[in-house]
Amino acid sequence: MASNGIKDQVAIVGMGCTPFGEHWGRDAADMLIDAASDAYQSAGVDPADVDAYWLGTFASGISGMVFSEALKTPYKPVTRLENMCATGSEAIRNAAYAVASGAYDLVMAVGVEKLKDGGYSGLVVPGPDGDGTESSMTAPAMFSLLAPAYCEKYGVGEGELKDVLSHIAWKNHVAGAKNPKAQFRKEVSLEKICNSPRIAGMFGVFDCSGVSDGSAAAILCRAEDAYKYTDKPIFLKALSVAAGPNEGFISEEYDFTTFQEVVVSAQDAYKQAGITNPREEISMAEVHDCFTATELVLMEDMGFSERGEGWKDVMEGRFDGDGAQPINPDGGLKSFGHPIGASGLRMMYEMWLQLRGEAGERQIKDPKLGLTHNLGGQPGRCVSFVSIVGRELG
Amino acid sequence: MSGIISYGAYVPYYRLTRKAIGGGKGERAIASHDEDSVSMSVEAGRGALAASPAIDTLVFATNSAPYAEKLNAAAICSALDLPAQVNTIELANNTRMGLAALLLGTDLGKAGRTSLVCAGDIVMGAPGGARERDSGDAAVAFVTGPEEDAIARVLGRASTTSEILDVWRLPTDRFARQWEERFGIEVLGPISLDTAQRALADADVAPDALAAVILDATNSRDVVGIPRALGLKPEQVADMLAGSVGRSGVAHAGLVLARTLDQAQPGDKILVLSTADGCDAVVLEVSDKIAEGRPARSVDHWLASSNNEIAYNTYLKWREILPFEAPRRPDPDRPAAPIMKRNERWKYAFCGSRCGKCGQGHLPPQRVCMKCRSIDEMVEERFADADCKITTYTLDHLAYSLQPPVVSTVVDFDCGGRLACELTDVDPADVAIGDKLEMTFRRFYTGQGVHNYFWKARPQR
Repeated sequence: MASNGIKDQVAIVGMGCTPFGEHWGRDAADMLIDAASDAYQSAGVDPADVDAYWLGTFASGISGMVFSEALKTPYKPVTRLENMCATGSEAIRNAAYAVASGAYDLVMAVGVEKLKDGGYSGLVVPGPDGDGTESSMTAPAMFSLLAPAYCEKYGVGEGELKDVLSHIAWKNHVAGAKNPKAQFRKEVSLEKICNSPRIAGMFGVFDCSGVSDGSAAAILCRAEDAYKYTDKPIFLKALSVAAGPNEGFISEEYDFTTFQEVVVSAQDAYKQAGITNPREEISMAEVHDCFTATELVLMEDMGFSERGEGWKDVMEGRFDGDGAQPINPDGGLKSFGHPIGASGLRMMYEMWLQLRGEAGERQIKDPKLGLTHNLGGQPGRCVSFVSIVGRELG
Repeated sequence: MSGIISYGAYVPYYRLTRKAIGGGKGERAIASHDEDSVSMSVEAGRGALAASPAIDTLVFATNSAPYAEKLNAAAICSALDLPAQVNTIELANNTRMGLAALLLGTDLGKAGRTSLVCAGDIVMGAPGGARERDSGDAAVAFVTGPEEDAIARVLGRASTTSEILDVWRLPTDRFARQWEERFGIEVLGPISLDTAQRALADADVAPDALAAVILDATNSRDVVGIPRALGLKPEQVADMLAGSVGRSGVAHAGLVLARTLDQAQPGDKILVLSTADGCDAVVLEVSDKIAEGRPARSVDHWLASSNNEIAYNTYLKWREILPFEAPRRPDPDRPAAPIMKRNERWKYAFCGSRCGKCGQGHLPPQRVCMKCRSIDEMVEERFADADCKITTYTLDHLAYSLQPPVVSTVVDFDCGGRLACELTDVDPADVAIGDKLEMTFRRFYTGQGVHNYFWKARPQR
């Protein structure tokens, strides 16, 4: 029994991504057509050459026909899957395993979400019928529990932590301003971020990621076939998922300063990829910054910072675009936006651009290994995904 | 013979000052937006049951029934963890039914039955009127049974029924109407006095032997002449809590009786009278068991724990009298009947589970232990009366609420166990990690015509 991984067995050879934002004039099918078409073109393949599809959508449709009807794919296998906010990453993972198994030669992982037709503030999570006893906490409220717990555990003042969280939002807005596909393409001053109206706990509006529409797609094949499609493929080094047993809301030992699911999935991914020092070996990462405090805690859970030291690394600029280990160089969920089913693929899209040297004015110098981290749920009760990708085999 | 074995009261946390309404002295008690006659009766019932023998009958009286058709008392029964085998009776439509329910309970006591009698009311009046100003919201509960266990036994009683158009409300109306006051006084004044005199005669008690006289009526002036007619001294006449609670409908006579019992001595004789479309009167004698049947929290304790900084328009919003701008969030979902039934022990009785192997507490109950992964080794455990404290919390400005922000907490129980739950009856500015809390049964919201009851935490009152 082991999580063996499929290091260097599968490559991404083409990707597409729509701009994220409030697309009042376009539906999920429109966005799927745009993202998939870009991906086909990027890999230089005819749609008929793709053998199978994995479609991730949280709630913008049911079944694989959301994709097959939009693209009129001729009776190909399309699997629709969902794993909360980690849905897009699950599409990549399942598609990659199908290729590695030899079942198919060329596949697509695609994700889409249409959130802005609902007319609500924030994310609305559709669920099964209930008995009315479920907690009614909104997403910002759930994640805001991290802030006071972090202050308490590490002796950080509330004002001090607010500055840390504001720095994370500021950094991700700076990155988004350089990204033509981002939902929010403006830098925002630290003062404005800090003084934005409170949404939940210490979080103001600017501590929250965007609610957006969008789609992204990737074409995958076995590593040995990769150069048939592109001179610059990227290779999957690790794919890991951990689903939690809801320890956080049962065990009194959980203290809301960590995501055990993230720790486990990151450790598994590092083992698959042969990484022993993620702080030094990972050139850059796209992480699940649904809220600013999430990004702070992720730095520690992922091993980019020591426990209780992440806030200092943030303030020292280690994770800024020009820092030693840039985090969310495309603006992250914060600025690029968060169309649930597409976000995991959007993270991979940035790895694709950066590792190929195509990230324009936000290009990181000579990145070798990138990491994507995608999380669904809430502190204490979530699913976590980690992937590691590189531009070279070995 | 029979009597009262134990009792409990409940006065909601919030008060509306009459100044905030537009004039007058004192304040009235107002149920919060997450309370109703059922949830308040559960609170009162918890006090009464703490010192009571096994219950076989549940009587519930209210003029503000959450459901016009559906057994409201069943929710009380389930939330109080009473056995499903109890006989249940509901009384309504007249404020005298609170005392009538108590008398029914004592009558059943003569037949050897032990009853929990709950009376709870939310009394609304049309904005700007005397009924809105002078009424209150509260609940009271009594356990009644055979005389040998009684803290107060029934010495005598009398009743009068009068067909009169005094106070009335159509099923489709929100607010009751009242005929000219002087007419009611003319008819009900003599009826009240006559009923009081017959009850005293039945009990063979002279007016000057009474330690306390409780005079409750739809219009206080119906009974204002009784003290003089009976030759009572001012100290014999009970304070009807007009300045602190207001007349709390069916609960009111019982609420003042509960306060009288809080202070009574063995041997005290008490006349309780309630006038509405006639009159009921009862004479009680306090026994030497009185200290055993008192609840942990007296009426004065509930009165002292309060917050009167509620704006009038907030109150009107809570009662759905004033429309307001709703947040841009979906309306709450209706809970599903089969799931509520499956999870009844959790939703109503607040029973979680504890692992029989390793002792880990689980709320809601689980089959597989989080800690040791044992399957089906759980033992049911009721957490309703367990104390807990805040482990972490947040103020949710985005969530749907009639009193934003929602105070969302993660609480840990002193006996072991964790729950994410909402905090109620609290000033968001006063919340801190480590605060001690207790659980309270509430009506969370009404979605698509279905009331959603469950438990919240509140600062210890």
